[in-house]
This record gives sequence, C-alpha cells and structure tokens, in this order.
Amino acid sequence: MHRFANPARFLRMSAVILPWSAVSAALFIAAGLYFSLFASPPDYQQGETVRIMYVHVPAAWMALSVYTMIAAASGIALVWKHPLAHIAAKAAAPIGAGFTFIALVTGSLWGKPMWGTWWVWDARLTSVLILFFLYLGHMALMNAFEDSSRGERAAAILALVGFVNVPIIKFSVDWWNTLHQPASILRLGGPTIDQHMLVPLFLMAIGFTVYFVPVLILRMRAELVARKVRIARMARVHAAPDVLRAAPGGTA
Amino acid sequence: MSRFLLIVAREIRLAFRQGGGAGLALAFFVLAAVLFPLGVGPEPNMLSRIAGGVVFVTALLATMLSLERLFQADFEDGSLDLLALSPLPLEFVVLGKCVANWLLAGLPLLIAAPMLAILFHMNTEGLPALIAAMLLATPTLSLVGSIGAALTVGARRGGVLLSLLVLPLYVPVLIFAVGAVDAVLQDFTAQPQLLALSGLLLAALALAPWAAAGALRQALE
Repeated sequence: MHRFANPARFLRMSAVILPWSAVSAALFIAAGLYFSLFASPPDYQQGETVRIMYVHVPAAWMALSVYTMIAAASGIALVWKHPLAHIAAKAAAPIGAGFTFIALVTGSLWGKPMWGTWWVWDARLTSVLILFFLYLGHMALMNAFEDSSRGERAAAILALVGFVNVPIIKFSVDWWNTLHQPASILRLGGPTIDQHMLVPLFLMAIGFTVYFVPVLILRMRAELVARKVRIARMARVHAAPDVLRAAPGGTA
Repeated sequence: MSRFLLIVAREIRLAFRQGGGAGLALAFFVLAAVLFPLGVGPEPNMLSRIAGGVVFVTALLATMLSLERLFQADFEDGSLDLLALSPLPLEFVVLGKCVANWLLAGLPLLIAAPMLAILFHMNTEGLPALIAAMLLATPTLSLVGSIGAALTVGARRGGVLLSLLVLPLYVPVLIFAVGAVDAVLQDFTAQPQLLALSGLLLAALALAPWAAAGALRQALE
C-alpha cells in the first residue's frame, strides 16, 4: 500500500487514469440515460415515474459506498499515517454528500406521485437523512481548525464513528416494516425486477461509480496543488526581507 | 479505581465551585419544555400526545449544551495534558468525566422529567417507562456526546459544530426512548424499546470512551 503513498507517483498515475475514467463515465451514463429514458418499458403500476429509480437507486448506492470508502480511508490514515488517505477522505466527502442529496431529492420527487407525499419518517428515509448530516458534519469538522491536519484527524475519527449508520441504512428496510420497499436487486434468490429494467439500472450504477473516479482524482489533485501553493507561500514569507515580514498581509 | 473516582470527584467539585454548570442544563431543560405549550397551544389532549417526545428532545438538547465545556476548559488551561500524562489511561479519564457529567446534568433531568410529563398531562401509566427510558438514555447521551466534545476541542465555533456532529448520533436513542413511552401509553409492553436502549448504552459504554480518548490524543498531539 505504501507504494502508492508517494504523492508524486499518485499525480503521475492519476493523470493517466483521469481521461480514461472520465470518458468511460460519460459513455456509461449516456448509454444508461438512453436505456432508462427511451429503451425501457414503463412500469405496469408506476408508469413513467419508474424512470426516476434509474437515478435514485445508483445515487443511494453511491451515497453508502462513498461513506464506506471515506471510513476505510480514515481508518488507513489513522493506523498507517498514509499521507494520501486523509486527502482522499477530504476529497470524497462533498461528492458523497452530493449523491446523498440526489438520492433524497429524487426519492422525494418519486414519493409525491406514488406514495402521495414528499416525505415520510420511515426508517430508510430517516437514516439516509442522518447520513447526509454525517457528511455535513464531516466536512464542517474538516475545516474547523486552524491546523488543517488536526481537522483531518478529527474528521477521520468522526467518519469511523458514523460508520455505524451504514449497516443501519442497508438493513433498515428488513429490520423495520416500512413504507420504503425492501431490497429487490441485491438479495438472496436473485433480483425481483424485470430484466429490461435491470439493464439501464446497472448501466447507470456502473456509470455513477466510474463518474466518482475522475471527480475524486480531480479533487485530490486540486488539494495537493493547494498544499503546494500554501507551502510555497510560507517559504516566500520566510525568505522575504524583514520589511515585508513586518507588514501584516503584505505580499504573502 | 481510586484514580477514576478522583477524576469524578474533581469534576463534581469543579462544577460546584464554578457554579451554574449543572443547574443551567436543568433550567434549559425546563424552560425549553415550557415553551411547547405556549407554541402549540394548551389543549390537554395535544400536550399529552406530545409529552414524551418533548421531554426527550429537550433532554437531548440540554445534555448537548452541558457537553460543550466537557474537555474544552481543561484543554485551555492545560490540565488536559496532565490528565493525558497521568497513569490512568485516557479512556478512563473520559469515562470518569462522562460519569460526572451524567451525575451533574443527566440525573437532574431524570428527576425533573416526570414532573414535566405531569405538567404536560401525560397519563401516569407512562411515568415508569419514561423514568426507565430516561435512566437508560441519559448516560448514553453523555457517552456519545463525549466523542463530539473531544472532536471539537480547540475548534472554531465548537458549540455549533458539536450539535452538527452529535445530534445525528443521538437519533437512535431518541427513537427508542420515545417509542418506550408511546408503547406503554398504547397498552403495549415497553420491553423491546428498553432492551434496545440498554444495548445502546452498553455499546456506548464500551466504545465511546475509546473513540473520545482517540480524539483527545489527536488534539494533544
């Protein structure tokens, strides 16, 4: 694992991965959108609103997977002091929060025509809302300290503590008898939805997952560059003659 | 063990000498709860319907307010460094502070809760369940909150941040505590909810000091 701890090697490798992952994400999402909007049948009960599911379900999967990834990166960062793990966790949090927000909004849009209400306080919806606040707390804690490395470590511990929510979300539909339908894809005995609907769903799920890669890489590279800028600025302040240093908020 | 009790005694002595700390949480609890009849109207049916929820939500907020200074004061005057260097593991220091916090903030809430419930016209059948749920819920709130308090030590605007971190983690406690009271009021047994609350308390007792001590070590690094 420490082979990949070198930021310079990460920058080189990510520069190669970035265009490929960006193009394949665009292709998968384009194909997924075509199948979900045009080449799949409407549901016999839900009609055309079933198409919301092709965005809602992958976004919800990503909301959970990204949090799991943040928790794993935080664990690695705390145990092995891996230099890139904190940066990965920091870069992933807003993306995960975005996916969670999309899952909540699309679910709400689907709920109005289907359940007759924008929102119900059932276990699945409530636990996903809590996940959204955990993301926000993680992001706020990350930026709450003068010393950014202190914020990173505090946020890492919070990510590990908040991970207890992930299994609760996953199994909330099985543990409580709720309005949100139980798992119909990843279940024992195979999926219970029609094959024509599985194709766009899986295309979108792969597309969302691949989309995460270039966005994460871009944000991580930006963070690395920002650190370089900060270090360069500090070096300039220390190298500057005393006249400049005496003036607060001078050239630095 | 004696060192552990010393920590608890020190916290309680400090709270009494500085004054206000414990009483303020209780005053907030009562005052915030009293706002509800003024806000939603004084009809007894409505009030008895929301009594359990109001008591637990305000208790949760009052506990959270009492947590803000749990480690911050010791961090600022440097005694947190000394506590970390003491032979007692930092986990037990955290646990001792949680016990003291519960005695100072949780226990008064526990005593005031039944009176508030009566003010809200709650059916007296629900009172034993309310007290049992408060007894199990308030220590969990102190323990889980200590993680948030430890994470925000030295943070800018720590108080607001603390609420953002801690309130999502409080939700399971709230759900099961209110569920216990509602179950009894609807002639069911409160046992499943109380067992779930006990489970949460035991899990928090085992894991929270560990996480909070980890966060404190990061703060002192």
